[in-house]
Amino acid sequence: MKVVILGCARVGAWLAAELHSQGHHVRILDEDEENFRRLPVELRTIGEDGGEGIAVLGDGTQEEDLIRAGIEGADVFVATLPQDTPNLMAAQIAQHVFHVPRVVCRLNDGERQGIYQGLGLHVINATQLVGEALMSSLREP
Amino acid sequence: MYAVIVGCGRMGFNLARALLEQGHEVTVTERDLERSKVANEQLGQVVVVGDGCEPQVLREAGAQRADVLVALTGKDEDNLVACQVAKHLFRVSRTIALVNNPKNEKLFHLLGVDVQLSHTSMVLQHVEEELPGAGVVHMEGLRGSNWELVSIKIPSDAMAVGKPLREMRLPQGSVVSLVIGADGLAHFPSENILLHTGDQLLVVTSPESEETVRETLTGVN
Repeated sequence: MKVVILGCARVGAWLAAELHSQGHHVRILDEDEENFRRLPVELRTIGEDGGEGIAVLGDGTQEEDLIRAGIEGADVFVATLPQDTPNLMAAQIAQHVFHVPRVVCRLNDGERQGIYQGLGLHVINATQLVGEALMSSLREP
Repeated sequence: MYAVIVGCGRMGFNLARALLEQGHEVTVTERDLERSKVANEQLGQVVVVGDGCEPQVLREAGAQRADVLVALTGKDEDNLVACQVAKHLFRVSRTIALVNNPKNEKLFHLLGVDVQLSHTSMVLQHVEEELPGAGVVHMEGLRGSNWELVSIKIPSDAMAVGKPLREMRLPQGSVVSLVIGADGLAHFPSENILLHTGDQLLVVTSPESEETVRETLTGVN
């Protein structure tokens, strides 16, 4: 499976390393090179020969940067940035411009989740997930 | 009219002031406390402090009864999301977004923003008007349709020169709506009006027909 991940914060970096270790073809896009330090060392840079690296420096709301990350021909696009608005813009570009078959978008705001699900976007609500996990742990003896 | 403006930078501030002076009702959302304070002092209490991409902030700004939302922040992703939230959650009938990167104009249109404002395109349009033989200058997309308004200047070597408008075989649906003569006067185009060198024609057409219109009115032979 060819996967493009936007955002190399903790969630994105974890997901990228996990998918890579499962043998998937992964590229992770972030506009701040510093964030790639969250990746395992061998995955941080893409060498001249293609290398093992999966990191691509660029802005996920820019089509040309998404193309450099291989969005054309990707099976999956996942927007994992901590901020909702660039995730939403990037995910909609992936869906409506590049027609990526599976697009997933992380959001923090539940109300926006409703709007964008209504527009056909697959949304993961991070706030709700963590909140529910916390709630269920409170119920345990 | 009730307008909600997202972003109280220079443009948002000046737009708010202009609309208020015209007697409209305006609320501006702005994240920055200092900017909000200045605007509130100079324009009256018009600012809701907060992120105008968030439903909660837009609700506080009264988006549910707004006639228009104008997103004027420096970030395209924020302008896009503010317009989409306004449209789909609050049913604002008209959304207008500043497009900082001109490459995003088409995308914003595709994603349902009603009007896209791009500084680059606006300046480009004026530059194009100055260029000789530039052909078709885009004036405006017409609301809610595939039609656009373009401006075409008749060059001196065009076949059309000296001929009546009725002889111009324009594609179906394309209409010359106004002729501005070299004398600077606007003429409502009758079918017998003669075309002259330097006449500026305002034509309603579609992107598909545009090239044929250009060829018909400016073609040499």
